Amino acid sequence: MTEKTVFSRPESVIDRATHYCPGCQHGVIHRLVGEVLDEMKLTEKTILASSIGCSVFLYNYLNVDAVEAPHGRAPAVATGVKRARPDNFVFAYQGDGDLASIGLAEIVHAANRGERLSIVFVNNTVYGMTGGQMAPTTLAGQKTTTCTAGRCPSSQGAPLRMAEMLAPLEGVVYCARTAVDTVKHLTQAKKAIRKAFEVQAKGQGFGFVELLATCPTNWRMTPTKANERIAEEMIPVFPLGVYKDESQTREAC
Amino acid sequence: MAERIFIKGNEAISRGALAAGCRCYFGYPITPQNDIPEFLSTAMCEAGGEFVQAESEVAAANMLLGAAACGVRAMTSSSSPGVSLKQEAISYLAGSQLPAVIVNMNRGGPGLGDIGPSQGDYFQSVKGGGHGDYRTLVLAPATCQEAYDLTIDAFDLAFKYRNPVMILGDAILGQMKEPITPREDRAPDPDEASDWRLDGAQGREKRLLKSLHLEEGALAGHNRALAAKYESMVSEIRYEEFETGDADLVICAYGSIGRIAKSAVRALRAEGHKVGLFRPITLYPFPTAVLSNLAEQGKRFLTIEHNLGQMVEDVRLSVLPKSDSAFYGVMPGELPTPDQFLEPIRNHLGQGA
Repeated sequence: MTEKTVFSRPESVIDRATHYCPGCQHGVIHRLVGEVLDEMKLTEKTILASSIGCSVFLYNYLNVDAVEAPHGRAPAVATGVKRARPDNFVFAYQGDGDLASIGLAEIVHAANRGERLSIVFVNNTVYGMTGGQMAPTTLAGQKTTTCTAGRCPSSQGAPLRMAEMLAPLEGVVYCARTAVDTVKHLTQAKKAIRKAFEVQAKGQGFGFVELLATCPTNWRMTPTKANERIAEEMIPVFPLGVYKDESQTREAC
Repeated sequence: MAERIFIKGNEAISRGALAAGCRCYFGYPITPQNDIPEFLSTAMCEAGGEFVQAESEVAAANMLLGAAACGVRAMTSSSSPGVSLKQEAISYLAGSQLPAVIVNMNRGGPGLGDIGPSQGDYFQSVKGGGHGDYRTLVLAPATCQEAYDLTIDAFDLAFKYRNPVMILGDAILGQMKEPITPREDRAPDPDEASDWRLDGAQGREKRLLKSLHLEEGALAGHNRALAAKYESMVSEIRYEEFETGDADLVICAYGSIGRIAKSAVRALRAEGHKVGLFRPITLYPFPTAVLSNLAEQGKRFLTIEHNLGQMVEDVRLSVLPKSDSAFYGVMPGELPTPDQFLEPIRNHLGQGA
């Protein structure tokens, strides 16, 4: 009997073990990005603006050119890359501390200018690499190392909803929030990543996809329980859906 | 001979950038350098390049980082408080060994200070400025022509060393207007940096430009290599010597203050005083050996700066123990004339052995 491969590593993804904690979903999202790069034949023309945090090492796992940006500045670095090399495909991969806190100005203005960029935003409601501190996306009542009694919205702010914030901006052509907790959501997530990449590839403008993901280590949960938390606690606060899709109507410019 | 044009120092820098093949400019308005983004907002686009008015100095410097990683000649400009905000990206540019030009038209500080000329950013410019152990090559023009020429050279040096290069001017130079002779614009070299730039990994291994080095010993090796690079920059040292040959007292001053001091030296020479001027043009690397040699000849020194005394530390490190340097400081908000320097120089001339 001959073997038939039905599921293999995308060519964009390098064959090496990742450094992520057990149950972390960065690896899953890396794979989705790799599959889309393969399918769209973008690997050899891609330049990645890497961010800070656990995902800084994405450049070790993808077979693409990459530059390292300071904390929060990936959308500005990516802007510089795209302006210098408009024919390349440029994307940034950012966590919630990076994108929604220290880099809030950079993401809002890159989106508002309608930079021809794609942003993959991984929201796990906590600062991962620095040891589990409060993020702008931390849920009300969620305990972290800097809100040990649970986040109190009246003094520490409510969770920041990035997809909802960015979608109304004129420069944004596609904006969606998905999750990576179930097979159904994974399919939606890949479709959203592809769409965000397509609006750049077609020269239409800015594409944004937010993915709800786990951080079992800093949530102090088993991977299974952490995965369940996405549906139980995160999706009610961060509703899934396509917040904007003008890919059918927007002219390339 | 090329036609002479009558322009401001800020425009001379902008035109120098275009002549050097700069095709990306990222900036944010701040006085007294606004003529640069205003000029380039149209001229850069006419040259087929990109101009972005960023949302902040922070973003502008990081856009510069992105363009630099692509091996494209790129520039940002700002003034003191804005340059402080750019230091994060300048540190990353140095750590990732990326070429870029940063213009600082120094204004009065600390803090918001004022919008008038000053040389208060000497320490920040030549000692690193941002976090970590690094240096930027720093060029200090004194005339509009020099501002134009040094801006062109700044791009060549940035690519030669894969390092950020700073043009350090001030509000006097930026706002002053005088005739310059421009050169013919150079077209960007499509093959420049083709051995390291990011342009998509088509037909080659992927490339990674970064400043993070976590493996044991990796950062040590990287920083040693950077140190060797900074040491090799001594071959770029530039300075102007004026009437130093028989001088008993040498005035050390750079940029606009150097030019004003030169007029004072000229006036005192006409009176028969043995005074000369030493004007460093590269502030990093500093012309230490030349000054040391002047000290060996028994000369005394007076450093004049538009600050509380910053370059004087480098002058003293150069001339001690054979000699020493006195200091005369002009404060921000004061616009010195050559006459203002006559008395302090005469006082020090009188102290000769």
